[in-house]
Amino acid sequence: MEVKVKAAEGLPIQKVRSKFFGSEAFFGYLFVSPMVIGFLLVMFIPFIYSVYMSLTDWKLLGDPNFIGSENYQRLVNDPDFWEVMKNTLLFSGGLVPINIMIALLLALLLQRHLPGIGFFRTAIFIPVMTSIVVWSIIWKYMFGTDEGFINQILDVFGITGPAWLYNPKLAMGAVIVVSALKNVGLNMVLFLAALQQVDKNLYEASYLDGANKLKQFWHVTLPMITPTVFLTLILTVIGSMKVFGQIYVMTGGGPGNHTKVLVYYIWENAFKLFDFGYASAIAIVLFVIILFFTLIQWGVRKRWVFHEQ
Amino acid sequence: MNNNRKNGVFTKVAFYGILSVISLIMIVPFLWMINTSFKDSTKIFSFQFIPDPFRWENYLQVLKTTPFHLFYFNSFYIAVLVTIGTIFFGSLAGYAFAKLKFKGSNLLFLCLLSTMMIPVEVITIPLFLFMRDLGLINTHVPLIAIPILGPAGVFGIFVMRQFFLLVPKELEEAAMLDGCSYFRIYWNIMLPLAKPAIATLTIFTFLTSWNEFYEPLIYINSKELMTLPLALALFTDEVGTRWELLMSASVMATVPLLIIFFFAQKQFIEGVTMTGGK
Repeated sequence: MEVKVKAAEGLPIQKVRSKFFGSEAFFGYLFVSPMVIGFLLVMFIPFIYSVYMSLTDWKLLGDPNFIGSENYQRLVNDPDFWEVMKNTLLFSGGLVPINIMIALLLALLLQRHLPGIGFFRTAIFIPVMTSIVVWSIIWKYMFGTDEGFINQILDVFGITGPAWLYNPKLAMGAVIVVSALKNVGLNMVLFLAALQQVDKNLYEASYLDGANKLKQFWHVTLPMITPTVFLTLILTVIGSMKVFGQIYVMTGGGPGNHTKVLVYYIWENAFKLFDFGYASAIAIVLFVIILFFTLIQWGVRKRWVFHEQ
Repeated sequence: MNNNRKNGVFTKVAFYGILSVISLIMIVPFLWMINTSFKDSTKIFSFQFIPDPFRWENYLQVLKTTPFHLFYFNSFYIAVLVTIGTIFFGSLAGYAFAKLKFKGSNLLFLCLLSTMMIPVEVITIPLFLFMRDLGLINTHVPLIAIPILGPAGVFGIFVMRQFFLLVPKELEEAAMLDGCSYFRIYWNIMLPLAKPAIATLTIFTFLTSWNEFYEPLIYINSKELMTLPLALALFTDEVGTRWELLMSASVMATVPLLIIFFFAQKQFIEGVTMTGGK
């Protein structure tokens, strides 16, 4: 009885499958269509549009005119833009090494199974899960000139702390430290995952060859996790190019322009000054920078596929 | 032998020493935040281990002067919708890319994946103008629709596809013989199997949406429509140096979620590892 029913059901399906409707390919296209339409509406068309906008004098009101490369010429001659670029590179150059080195150190320490590991892991991971706004608000307060925790501690030792966030020489440093602490747990987790992949036999073999811990690190661990370290490095560089939240909350780009970075400048030009054309041109610069690092990442990834398997 | 043992003790002390210092740097800001949230405004400049007077009233004052319950509600329901949408559309497309054969599927997948390198900040300017023409500025629509159809959704496809690739073909074939449609295979067989991947994706998407700042800053003007991060950032300007109020608000915004996510750490870490490995 059961067999009969199945056969009867199977028949119409067979018929339908010969056509496109109801075929595997039909359902394939159907299932991906929401995301493909989404991709066109939310990513692809806007991206093309922003390239076009960067070639116009688009303002909040009035009709936009096509002005060719004028926005880009303006960019080259805009001293603020160059300062913003300098600040972005400074931020990146400070953040990336600090972040990677601490994350690597932490991963090496935390890969051992000693009591209390869980607590440390959680403590280091909490800032990753906290919103950048809250993290920055707390640290703005920590760095407060009179009321801040840091200066109150310094006060105990009889040192008068500086106005961290209002000092042109110190503000960027403070923002870098806060940003590094926020995401160090993220990279630590990636390194921990890589360390777990290292073949334990390699350690044994090198131990038999008489290598000490330090030599093992240099000649076994480090080469094995280099692909991960490098990819993480690039992801961190890309992330650092897009820094915004902590700057907005902690310094607002100040003092002067000393902590004004690329995305902040894009936001300011687009949504404070409503100079959409010019803001789009800066945004395209950001895109090109990120594209550059992404291509490096892809190139390197191909070379290291063997390691990753 | 003795020397070796001494060495071991030294390593352990160094080990716990370094970890304790770094952990302290991570935790002290939170303790300081909680401490200040109970302080009297006149005691902001003094160290008090347990604030005296101990002012619960700071919290009441924040709740009275700002529509804090609305910020919470907005953040919560937006994050829930973004998560549901991402999981549904992401897993549907992820299933198709992993299991169904159709022309150009690899090319389409690569196209979608390549959008991960377009910074949101670049496409936000045209998207803002589109949304303005549609009359959707100062509504929650852009905060919900853009992530689902854009970055969050693409990440969802990626995670789900990776998972479905590992599901053995036999399961599907058996279902096909039973005459199940492709949607039923997806809904009745694939989705239940994918619970671990969905858990990871849920935590990751929810938290990303909950913490999102740039998009609310651009699309939302009215106070009653703000999400928590935006409200807090603007509250900073509003109350100026009333740190005790700002810290009470920050505690309310973070601590409940941190407690929940303490238990979901594993899934979140899995999500992170997948992003890094993309």
